[in-house]
Amino acid sequence: MSAPAGQDLDLRQIEQFLYAEARYADEHDYDAWEALWTDDAIYWVPAGGDLTDPAGQMSVIYDNRNRIATRLSQLRTGKRHAQSPPSSVRRVISNIEVLDQQGSDTIVGANFVLAESRERGVEMWAGRVTYRLRAADGQIRLAGKQVLLVNREQALPTLAFLI
Amino acid sequence: MSKTVPDIAAAEPAYRSGRVTGDGPDYPRLIRPDRVHGSLYTDPRIFADELARIWYRTWVYVGHLSEIPEPGDYVRKNIGLQDVIMTRDADGRVHLLLNRCAHRANLVCEAGRGNSKSFRCPYHGWTYRNTGELIGFPFGQGYGGRGTIEAELSLAAVPRFDSHRGFVFASMAADGPSLTEHLGEAAGEIDRLARLSPDGEVELTAGWLKHRTRANWKLLAENETDGYHPQFVHNSIFSVTNSPIGALYSDKSAAVTRNLGHGHSENDLRPEFRRVGEPMRWFGTTPDRVPGYVARMREVHGPAAEQIMIEGAPHVMVFPNLFIAEIQVFVIQPVSAGECVQYSTAVQLTGAPELNRRMISQSVGSVGPAGMLLADDTEMYERNQRGVAMLAPEWLDLRRGLARERLDQRGLKIGTATDETAMRGFWSHYLSLMEAA
Repeated sequence: MSAPAGQDLDLRQIEQFLYAEARYADEHDYDAWEALWTDDAIYWVPAGGDLTDPAGQMSVIYDNRNRIATRLSQLRTGKRHAQSPPSSVRRVISNIEVLDQQGSDTIVGANFVLAESRERGVEMWAGRVTYRLRAADGQIRLAGKQVLLVNREQALPTLAFLI
Repeated sequence: MSKTVPDIAAAEPAYRSGRVTGDGPDYPRLIRPDRVHGSLYTDPRIFADELARIWYRTWVYVGHLSEIPEPGDYVRKNIGLQDVIMTRDADGRVHLLLNRCAHRANLVCEAGRGNSKSFRCPYHGWTYRNTGELIGFPFGQGYGGRGTIEAELSLAAVPRFDSHRGFVFASMAADGPSLTEHLGEAAGEIDRLARLSPDGEVELTAGWLKHRTRANWKLLAENETDGYHPQFVHNSIFSVTNSPIGALYSDKSAAVTRNLGHGHSENDLRPEFRRVGEPMRWFGTTPDRVPGYVARMREVHGPAAEQIMIEGAPHVMVFPNLFIAEIQVFVIQPVSAGECVQYSTAVQLTGAPELNRRMISQSVGSVGPAGMLLADDTEMYERNQRGVAMLAPEWLDLRRGLARERLDQRGLKIGTATDETAMRGFWSHYLSLMEAA
């Protein structure tokens, strides 16, 4: 997961990072997952089709770094009923591509399929993820994650795990 | 022009009505002053009765005029299981049309919203003006040409609709109480929300979250003004954010739960906000942080502005499907006895830009499928739905605070912040509708 600063990230390093991020989320390793984010991070799950003005439209999730911390703090109480007990979750990430280089940030796209099991039943989630990765101090950090659900135009079931 | 939907409640098949055949649900036995029967949440016959006697008869919230501001604007909405299109025609008039082609019943409108003078059915190309009028049918000689079938084969219009402060309500029954009569005391709560805008207007323009919920719609309607649950269901978020909300719903709170009549109810938090006496406390802020807003409110309302900004927004459930929770609006759409959809959006107050973005941000954090509040409510609804399928003890208890209920100055029943006064009001009205012939 280390990366030399000021140099384009290697695809293999990127994959290793994305797989680790996915594993932390799947396994509810909130501390490890939280440590990936930069201070200016945005974790965004849009609702519907309008992606132009997240501050002016409702989103399923639109967390800055503070709100990521709040969300994780709530989960850590163990009393977040929608995740108590936590969902059993596993995801597959594929079609990983480097899409752009924006200054020190590398924009990476991927597709995912995820199975979530709770007493309520099994939900299948799928969509497109766009990551904003930043190499800093020899580490890759997560500055942005946008999750475009394939069914975002429809009514969604509760989404209380880390997607 | 548009034809009107036949009175579905009047045309209700006899088999649906236990009162006709004698073997259907006996509502007075199932709905008691202090308890209701679990089958009310699970029995598909009861759900069918509710469609006929509530969703397709009484006033139901449909949408907001701010969603179709311009001529040609339209938005798809629901009344019970009905798919309706709310349109604004070239003259600015609003229409509520059923989304069903008069030819072969295809959906004439597929998009969720947009702007169009007409709707063209994709199946055989029949075209309707956004007033519902049939204006085109290809190869028309098969019908004898123009001026033949148009009057008969328009889109069906919802028989009645009316609005209050831009909130559009509809009734599928041609006759019945007016919207003003139906809203009764709840109208004043919608007014209180609008009064928080310096322009006196609310807009619902921030888009909608749609949350699929595997629970009966009534569990949601009851929960909206249940002041007993917040300390337990929402303790996880209150504790990590040091939120003062939990204390509003406790034995020490001066807030009251009010039965507003006609099934409407509220958690009136004003006694608590008046006790503290700080403007904008209700919104978790202070006047110096929203100076433009405070100045405009003082300009518009004069000395009364302080009280308005102290008392804040309502927390009101409008029977059967509109819930205004201070800065959010929720709409409940029934799907079946065991499923419904919750729609939620942030209130936007015209003339209050300092508040509006913050209302969206707070709402996104709180509501919808991932909301730090509503996802936990929804978990409760879904577990509750599994619970009501258990055969014993059969009943859901509603007696909390019954013995200490009293009448306020307006003659409305009130209980303490955590009493079940609101639920009893809901069920009393529900029973009157389900018993109505």
